[in-house]
Amino acid sequence: MSSSTPRLEVDGLTVTFSGLTALDDVGFTVGDGETVALIGPNGAGKTTVFNAVCSLVRPASGSIRIGGRRAPATPTGLLERGVARTLQGLGLFESLSVLENVLVPLSGRRDGSGRDAALETLQRLDLAADAATPVAALSYPARKRVALARALATRPQLLLLDEPAGGLGPDDIAELADVVRTLSAQGCSVLLVEHHVDFVMDVADRIVVLDFGRVVACGTPDEVRADPAVEAAYLGLEAAA
Amino acid sequence: MDRIAFLLATGLARGLVIALFALSLVIIWRAARIVNFAQAAMAVVAVFVAFAVTALTDSFWLGLVAALVAGAVVGYAVERWLIRLVPARTPLPGMIVAIGLVMVLQAGIGIAFGPQHRPMAAPFSEQPFTVGGVPVLSPYDLFVLLVALGVVGGLALLFNGTTLGLQMRASAMAPEVSRLLGVRVPRMVTLGWMLSAAVASLAVLLLVPTELGLNAHSGDVLFVHAFTVAVLGGLDSPVGALVGGIVVGVLISLVTGFLGAGLAPIAVLALLTLVLLVRPGGIFAVKEARTA
Ligand SMILES: Nc1ncnc2c1ncn2[C@@H]1O[C@H](COP(=O)(O)OP(=O)(O)OP(=O)(O)O)[C@@H](O)[C@H]1O
Ligand SMILES: [Mg+2]
Repeated sequence: MSSSTPRLEVDGLTVTFSGLTALDDVGFTVGDGETVALIGPNGAGKTTVFNAVCSLVRPASGSIRIGGRRAPATPTGLLERGVARTLQGLGLFESLSVLENVLVPLSGRRDGSGRDAALETLQRLDLAADAATPVAALSYPARKRVALARALATRPQLLLLDEPAGGLGPDDIAELADVVRTLSAQGCSVLLVEHHVDFVMDVADRIVVLDFGRVVACGTPDEVRADPAVEAAYLGLEAAA
Repeated sequence: MDRIAFLLATGLARGLVIALFALSLVIIWRAARIVNFAQAAMAVVAVFVAFAVTALTDSFWLGLVAALVAGAVVGYAVERWLIRLVPARTPLPGMIVAIGLVMVLQAGIGIAFGPQHRPMAAPFSEQPFTVGGVPVLSPYDLFVLLVALGVVGGLALLFNGTTLGLQMRASAMAPEVSRLLGVRVPRMVTLGWMLSAAVASLAVLLLVPTELGLNAHSGDVLFVHAFTVAVLGGLDSPVGALVGGIVVGVLISLVTGFLGAGLAPIAVLALLTLVLLVRPGGIFAVKEARTA
């Protein structure tokens, strides 16, 4: 694929839920190896963007292209298109072990390479010692890492992270930032939703700001920080909090 | 004393058959969140196929293989062409359709083969071995016991030791998340139905030689006992189905031996009532199952 084709291209995306317009004409791109942050107040539609990219919700209109081709029609097709995602609510298999959780996306491999790939990923995220532990027995930060490991295990080209820093302390966030930077250096494109402003400013190449389902600002961290529209959107957030 | 050894041993063999059938209900419940009331009727259809194969080939063993294959085919057909068309937002429609299916299958078998019981010969003697003059277990009971244990072991290996088993467990726990991870959830559901119906067919096949014979209702009592067991053990728990099956089998055997066969169903019901009063979720119920 030529470098001019973005890894992810969202154009004119509109999603409605029985009358409620959750997304209204949203457009942005994520290039190869680029890290883009999607920010905005609660209910702005960030997770809905992920759900549309993953074919979990059907857009009313608009197009989503992954690597220059239309997004797969069902979530099951994402894996072979090099897309992996974490969920806002973790979505781990609580009664399965850490290793089993990470093995699930690798379980379709016929050549038996799944186990090695899983163990390697656990090693990388410092989870190897907990491989046999049921997820339910882990601390929250460790479970966050399992969710990340499960997404990374398939070596995606496009990684969607829904609030990866949520509920983490400064040390864990610094480690997470390292992981994201490393992925980016390896050419993986990252789209992340995050409320943690310092983390976003630290890792994002570009930021897309959503408010009430619309893109209200878009640009580098510095550009976005200086944009009055962003302040307006976040003042609303602070008044609500 | 002698009597107890015999009753315990036969109770164990019978209990494992109940456990197998209960396991089949657990497999379907985990895969599709349906209590499959049609399980016995579906199994009987497969056992009729097995009966025909045995009659044609004179081989119990080919009949046994036929029961497994036919069971899987019936499971496939019911899931793909019936259950999949039923709205799955709540469990009720699926269960109602399953109950309807019982009527259709049993009436169909009745019309095709009549109401009479067709005797089925056991491949081994049903005369108990004696140990020091005490009768314990018949060769056929021993065979049933070994087959049941083999199947239980095989299922444990499948679910806990293979990637296919992992996919089946993952899609049962969180179908939506599993789809995002590339698991073909509908295929796992179909496989669950096939596996479950095959196991149930085997259980009915093992039971028939020790009962009156084969007719449309041959699986009914087994279903009631296995359903009791599945509720006792918690519908999500394979271990519960296994332990519960043995407990109910031994209970039936002891009550039948000491108090008379007529009291056995009442004893089973009493046990069910007791457990539901103490642990409404079942003895082995855990609060996990569906995450995300
Ligand atoms: N499946 C759905 N059915 C109906 N409404 C939905 C659905 N999913 C999202 N919504 C609504 O769409 C809007 C956007 O929700 P979304 O989850 O995308 O917000 P978000 O930006 O991720 O918020 P948060 O920061 O709280 O996670 C909200 O008003 C939400 O209630
Ligand atoms: Mg969200």
